Amino acid sequence: MSTAQSQATATQSSIPLDDLRTCIHCGLCTSACPTYLKLGSELDSPRGRIYLMSAVQQGRIGWTGEVVKHLDLCLECRACETACPSGVPYGRLLEAARDEIAKAYPRPWRERLLLKVFRDTLFPYPARLRLALWPVRIAGGLIRKLSGILPDELGRMLELLPQELPDERRYRLPPVVPAAGERRYRVALLTGCVGSVLFARANWATARVLAHNGCEVVIPQDQGCCGALHLHTGASETAREFARRNLKAFPLDDVDAIIVNAAGCGSTLKEYGDMLAGDPAAGPVAERLSAKTKDISEFLSQIDLKPMTHPVPKTVAYHDACHLAHGQGIRKEPRELLAQVPGLRLVELRDAEICCGSAGIYNILQPEMAERLLDDKVDAILATGAEVVATGNPGCLMQIAKGLAGRGGKVQVVHPIEILAQAYGEALP
Amino acid sequence: MSSQQGAASATQGRVTPRLVEELRRVVGEENVFVEPSEVLAWECDGYTLERHPPEAVVLPASTEEVSRVMRLLHQAQVPVIPRGAGTSLSGATVPVGGGVVVSLSRMNRILKIDLENRRAVVEAGVVNLWVTRAVENDGFFFAPDPSSQGACTIGGNVATNSGGPHTLKYGVTINHILGVEMVLADGTVVELGGDVEERPGYDLAGFVIGSEGTLGIVTKAVVRLTRAPQTYRTLLAVFDTIDAATRTVSEVIRQGIIPAAVEMMDNLIIQAVEEAFHFGFPKDAAAVLIIELDGLQAGIDELSRRVQAICAQEGAREIRAARDEKERQELWKARKRAFGAIGRISPSYVTQDGVVPRTKLPDILRIIAEVGRRHGIPIANVFHAGDGNIHPILLFDDQNPDEVERVLAASDEILTACIELGGSVTGEHGIGIEKVKHVAAMYTQDDLDVMTGLREVFDPGRRLNPGKIFPSSKGCIEVKRPRPKASA
Repeated sequence: MSTAQSQATATQSSIPLDDLRTCIHCGLCTSACPTYLKLGSELDSPRGRIYLMSAVQQGRIGWTGEVVKHLDLCLECRACETACPSGVPYGRLLEAARDEIAKAYPRPWRERLLLKVFRDTLFPYPARLRLALWPVRIAGGLIRKLSGILPDELGRMLELLPQELPDERRYRLPPVVPAAGERRYRVALLTGCVGSVLFARANWATARVLAHNGCEVVIPQDQGCCGALHLHTGASETAREFARRNLKAFPLDDVDAIIVNAAGCGSTLKEYGDMLAGDPAAGPVAERLSAKTKDISEFLSQIDLKPMTHPVPKTVAYHDACHLAHGQGIRKEPRELLAQVPGLRLVELRDAEICCGSAGIYNILQPEMAERLLDDKVDAILATGAEVVATGNPGCLMQIAKGLAGRGGKVQVVHPIEILAQAYGEALP
Repeated sequence: MSSQQGAASATQGRVTPRLVEELRRVVGEENVFVEPSEVLAWECDGYTLERHPPEAVVLPASTEEVSRVMRLLHQAQVPVIPRGAGTSLSGATVPVGGGVVVSLSRMNRILKIDLENRRAVVEAGVVNLWVTRAVENDGFFFAPDPSSQGACTIGGNVATNSGGPHTLKYGVTINHILGVEMVLADGTVVELGGDVEERPGYDLAGFVIGSEGTLGIVTKAVVRLTRAPQTYRTLLAVFDTIDAATRTVSEVIRQGIIPAAVEMMDNLIIQAVEEAFHFGFPKDAAAVLIIELDGLQAGIDELSRRVQAICAQEGAREIRAARDEKERQELWKARKRAFGAIGRISPSYVTQDGVVPRTKLPDILRIIAEVGRRHGIPIANVFHAGDGNIHPILLFDDQNPDEVERVLAASDEILTACIELGGSVTGEHGIGIEKVKHVAAMYTQDDLDVMTGLREVFDPGRRLNPGKIFPSSKGCIEVKRPRPKASA
């Protein structure tokens, strides 16, 4: 542990050997891996990828295109960590490997450009994202029609956007949302980059449900991107800069918890302690921030909830976001909350814990695999006959909505917290 | 790398660019691997002490493709190594002499479920647990349940005649396979056995089960589905001595009780499992037994009381019963993932597999402890006590060549002791490359000649999984085991 942590922050990143050696090559991870299940190739299994990392570290092979492509194809869903009996910190290994690849392997210009546009320029910055979406907002229909002649990746991104871009003004949150009635807790909310632009409604619902349950909700105005996209794509140093910024933005001493409603961001905030362990100044603060971070479903299931009064008579399927189920071990909390909603019937999805193919910007970078996984997910959803599918991550929400739209489905895709808000009597247009 | 050089020598030049091109035409460009930086991922399986990369890897998607691939490899006279999920603990899929790995991992569909007749037809690459998952809501299960059941394939189970904790009552893979579809070395597709239970003539499907890919590549299997028992009682008994635990096992069975499973874990493995899963096993116990009874609701509590009484009489200091299905599942999770949990306390390990008559369990455990002490190798024990199937786990560091040698020596001594006590060198892992030497010790030359003669009926050229099970007539392939290089 300690070796891994100190190496994680070393300027010249290298794959932590101690972590590599926890893999005993038993192969129990293989059947949990979405890409292995699709391709059947050892190279596209967690065990195989770890084997490649080891081989590089031993100097047997280098980071060539042949090798890199198998690591690129990993979704970092971390289902293998759930399956692993040996406790291999696969996510941490992959992040270190991708850092190395970023330094050692010259990517084709098109891949570099994609990372530059989507990861470095657009997604982490709500204001820029908002600006970029302006044309879609005012001339959405026309632009969507034009998507055929746009570069593939832009077209793909357009497809991911919700059919109707939400009216953000409607869901704008003040810096402090007071508790309804007696104040029992004071919490801070991470609104997220994509979340605050495209899922303002989920943020608003989160604040409302918290307020109903006696929480004063603070929305730190200086917060920024959590760093997940960078951490997962070989730019951990930038991710650490984002983390440091958030350490300053969140009033740790004044709040009982930091609430996150996006699985990927929550998982990353919970790793800040690990990420900054080698930094004597920021490390201890990061550790505290991580300890205070709670997914919204996790937090709600730990406090005394006010009874939900308004029936939501719908059949709802719950999809496990990877960074909730595998990243944070949160599976039963969202289900138990949904089961408390009067009139709601909760159904289980086949292969609920298999990734939907969203995985950050994976669906833009690796469209073919993303599409295959999405098809399976949509099949599983349609097989349940559910009217609503609920999942706790913006990426999954966009991906699944896109998949369902493509199949002419009438299934609604929402964040579970939106259903809870309705159950507390909030009108969600 | 010395291992790479060694591997290439045997068949150098037989995997020609032209052959590769033809293979690609059969299975698709993306399903053939030849780059050294890629094929290395198939150079070992769950057994990592020996590694040899194949010259190529092919991933066919249908019996038809397997057949065409085999025909091409037959024409080129290239050795073939069949592979499923690669969870073998005896190196059954290590390409010791190079050759081409044919992996069934893409053939992973359940083709037919026939509950009325209690059977299912599955492709060889279907994961063991998927069969049970597919029928459990209807009250059935697939009985063989190796610890790797979440990942290992039916094809691999057939190849090694896999067992698992519940084989004590339900039998091993051979008792649950009605028939197989198999592709021979020359590409011919044959069906052995079939849908029905009783067939006249020789049991050819039975002959294939446990043959470790030396007779053909199994592409489909008709598997038997078993009615799930009405109810379970799962007990955890804690002992201060290993002898008391083994006496208990013998006494339970002597009284005519057949539990579904009787598993034993010793102190070292208890500590590893506690570290990993926090189940609440007492860390100071010398041994625990997990005893599972199953059957009809009526009478099971009486049976459970009798077993508890035996445990107490033999000196159990504590007996717990799983209160509900969740606790039962937790208990089995702790047991089945025990091997992996070792990864948390040791960089490498070898899980040995041997069998002794149940009454000899105390003897073999004493021998294991003594062997471990003498070689300075910590050895943990977790095993199927009910059928005398031991699994000593030898802990070591694979970066330390001296430790590797000592582990190999200790393994040899333990397996030799199993034979001397009237047992066998494998209960369920198979021979692979690991135990070739011990097979020679178990059988006479006549026995071996008969078996290799039978093999040649199916595979005259001995191209299928060469170097496995039988000692080579031209001297042992595993005369000198190369020292492991990689650490993963």
